[in-house]
Amino acid sequence: MANPAVLGRTAARSRSVFREGAARILRDPFSVAGLSIYLVLILIAIFADQLMTHDPTQILFRPNGRVANNQPPGGAFLLGTTNLGRDIYSQLVAGSRNALMVGLAAAISVAAIGTLIGLLSGYFGGKIDAFLMRLSDVALAIPFLPFVIVLSGFFRANTWNVVIAVALLLWPNTARVIRAQVLTVKERAYVEAARVTGASDMRILFTHVAPNILPLTFLYGSVAIGWAILTEAAVSFVGFGDPSRMSWGYMLQDAFVSQALSRGSWNWFLPPGICIILVVVAGFFLARGAEEVLFPKLRS
Amino acid sequence: MDAGMSASPLIEARGLSKRFATPARLSDIFGVKRPDVFAVNKVNLSIEAGESVGLLGESGCGKTTTGRLLLKLIDPSEGDVLFDGAPISDLAGDALIAFRQRAQLVFQNPFDALNPRFTIERALAEPLVNTGVDSATHRDRVEKALAQVKLPPLARFEGLFPHQLSGGQLQRIVLARALVLEPAFIVADEPVSMLDVSVRAGVLNVMREVRSSLGLAALYISHDLALVRYVCSRTLVMYLGRIVEEGPTAELLKAPLHPYTRALIQAVPVPRVDQQRAPLPIMGNVSDARGRPKGCGFRERCPLALARCAEEEPQLRPIGAERRVACHIV
Repeated sequence: MANPAVLGRTAARSRSVFREGAARILRDPFSVAGLSIYLVLILIAIFADQLMTHDPTQILFRPNGRVANNQPPGGAFLLGTTNLGRDIYSQLVAGSRNALMVGLAAAISVAAIGTLIGLLSGYFGGKIDAFLMRLSDVALAIPFLPFVIVLSGFFRANTWNVVIAVALLLWPNTARVIRAQVLTVKERAYVEAARVTGASDMRILFTHVAPNILPLTFLYGSVAIGWAILTEAAVSFVGFGDPSRMSWGYMLQDAFVSQALSRGSWNWFLPPGICIILVVVAGFFLARGAEEVLFPKLRS
Repeated sequence: MDAGMSASPLIEARGLSKRFATPARLSDIFGVKRPDVFAVNKVNLSIEAGESVGLLGESGCGKTTTGRLLLKLIDPSEGDVLFDGAPISDLAGDALIAFRQRAQLVFQNPFDALNPRFTIERALAEPLVNTGVDSATHRDRVEKALAQVKLPPLARFEGLFPHQLSGGQLQRIVLARALVLEPAFIVADEPVSMLDVSVRAGVLNVMREVRSSLGLAALYISHDLALVRYVCSRTLVMYLGRIVEEGPTAELLKAPLHPYTRALIQAVPVPRVDQQRAPLPIMGNVSDARGRPKGCGFRERCPLALARCAEEEPQLRPIGAERRVACHIV
C-alpha cells in the first residue's frame, strides 16, 4: 500500500464517494460472497418460470404410465422427485420467489420501524422514550411462533402473516440497539456543534445522528431477512403455511412427514435446507462489508 | 450591576444559575430528598464587544456549564442572559437562528467536534446551510474563513474526512466553522487542551489574530493560567459555580486577592525537577456542589476562614476601579 494519506487524497478526488464505497465492498471477499448469493437468488426468482423444468405441484408420470415417485437425481429430474412424483428441482426454484419476497418485505419493515422508533426514542428521551420502550417490552414478551399461528387463524394461512409477525415482533431488537447507539452519538461534540450552528432537531436527527447509526440498520435488516425466511420455513414446517405457495419450508415439511429422512432421500431435504442457510448467511456477510463503507474511520 | 461596567455590554449574565437534579435512586421511595447539584450559582458577568475574557477554574467548577448557558445550549434554572440587551431565554425560530449566527462555540476536542461522515468541505458549509444562507455565497464564505485561520484554500481539502487531518489542522477547521457565520461573540471551551503542546501556540496565535482583526468578543474557558495570560485582557475566576474574583488578567495573576486564586497560581508547576516548593496553602478537596451551602463555598479549604465565612455568603464587591472579589477577608 502507498502512503494512505496520499492515496486517500488522490482516490477521493478522482472518484465519487459512492463508487469508492462500491469498490470497497467488492474488495472484501465476504461481501462479494454475500452479494453473489443474493444476486443468484434474485436472478432465479425473476427467471423462475424459465428455469423450472416441470410444474412444481404436478404429479409426474414415467413413460410407462406409472407415477414417477422417489426418483433419484439425474435424467429428466435434476434433483429427483418426491414420494408423490413431484419435481424437487422445480419446487426449489419456485420456493426462491417466496423466500425473496418474505425476506425483503420483512427486512425493510423491521429496519424501517426499528430505526425510526430507536431514533425518536433515543434522541427525544423522556416520555416519548418511556412510552416507546414499554411498547417494545410488550412486543418482546409475545412468543413468536404462536403469534404467527394466531395470525393465520385470523387471516387464513397466508405468507404475509409471517411478514407482519416479523415486522411487529422483531422491531424492538433493532429499536433498542439503535436507541443505545443514538444515546452515545447525541452526546458527541459534533451534534452540539450542529445545534450551536442553528440546525433544527429534525436536521440533527436525520443528517448527523441517523447516518452514524445506519450500519446497524443494515445489520439488523439483514438479520431480519434470515429471521423471516427461517420463520416462514418454521411456520410451513408445522403446517400453518400458505398451501397455495411453494416454499422451502413447505418442502422440508413435506419431506419430513413423508419420512424422507429415514429413507435417506437426501436429494429431497438437503437442497431446501442448504438454500435457507445460504440466504441467511449472505445477509451477515454483506452487513460485514457494508460496515466499513459506512464507518469511514474503520478504513485502514 | 457593577458601576465600572459599560452601559451596554454585548453579552451579560444576570443572576445565572443552573441546577441539575441528582438521578432518581431506589432510596427515593423512603422519602429521602436528595439535593440538586448547583453547577452554576448566581453568576453575573458581562463581556463587551471586542473584549477577550478568560474564565478560569478547575474541573467541575461550572465553567463549561456557564459557556453553554451563554450560548443557549441549555436553559438556566434562574436568571437570564442578555445578548445585545435582549434576553435569549425565549428565543425561538428565526430569532434563535439570528442569535446562533452571532454567538458561536469552539470545542475542546477537535477530533469529536466534526461529524466523521462529513467531508471538511461539507462540515464548513453546514452552518451556512443550517442558518439558511444563500448557497451561491457558501464557497466564498468558506474560503474566507479558511484564510482567516491560515489554512490553505478549500481545493486542498476536497474529499478529505476529519480523520485524515492532524489535531492542529482540525482545531483550525473547528474555528473556521464558527467564523464562517461571521459571529460577534465566541465561546472557546479549552480550545487547545486536547492538542499537542507543539501546535498549541500556533492555534492560539491564530485565534488571537482572528479575534483582534475581526473585533470579536470571546470567552476563553480554561484551567490553564498561561493560556489566559496569553489571550485574555480580563479574567474571571470561578469556584464551585460562583465567580470569586474578577479583574484585568495581568493584575489578577500578579497580585491575586482571593485565597483560591492565590492557591491556583501557586499550584502552577515550575519546569525544574529539583525545586523546593512550599505546600499549597489550601486543604482538602472541592466541596460537594449538592445543595446550596450556607456561607462561602471555599471556607472549608481556606486557610483564612473566619466564623463569618460560615454564616454569610460573600458577594462580589469592587476593589479599586477594575477588580472585584467575593471574600470577607480581602
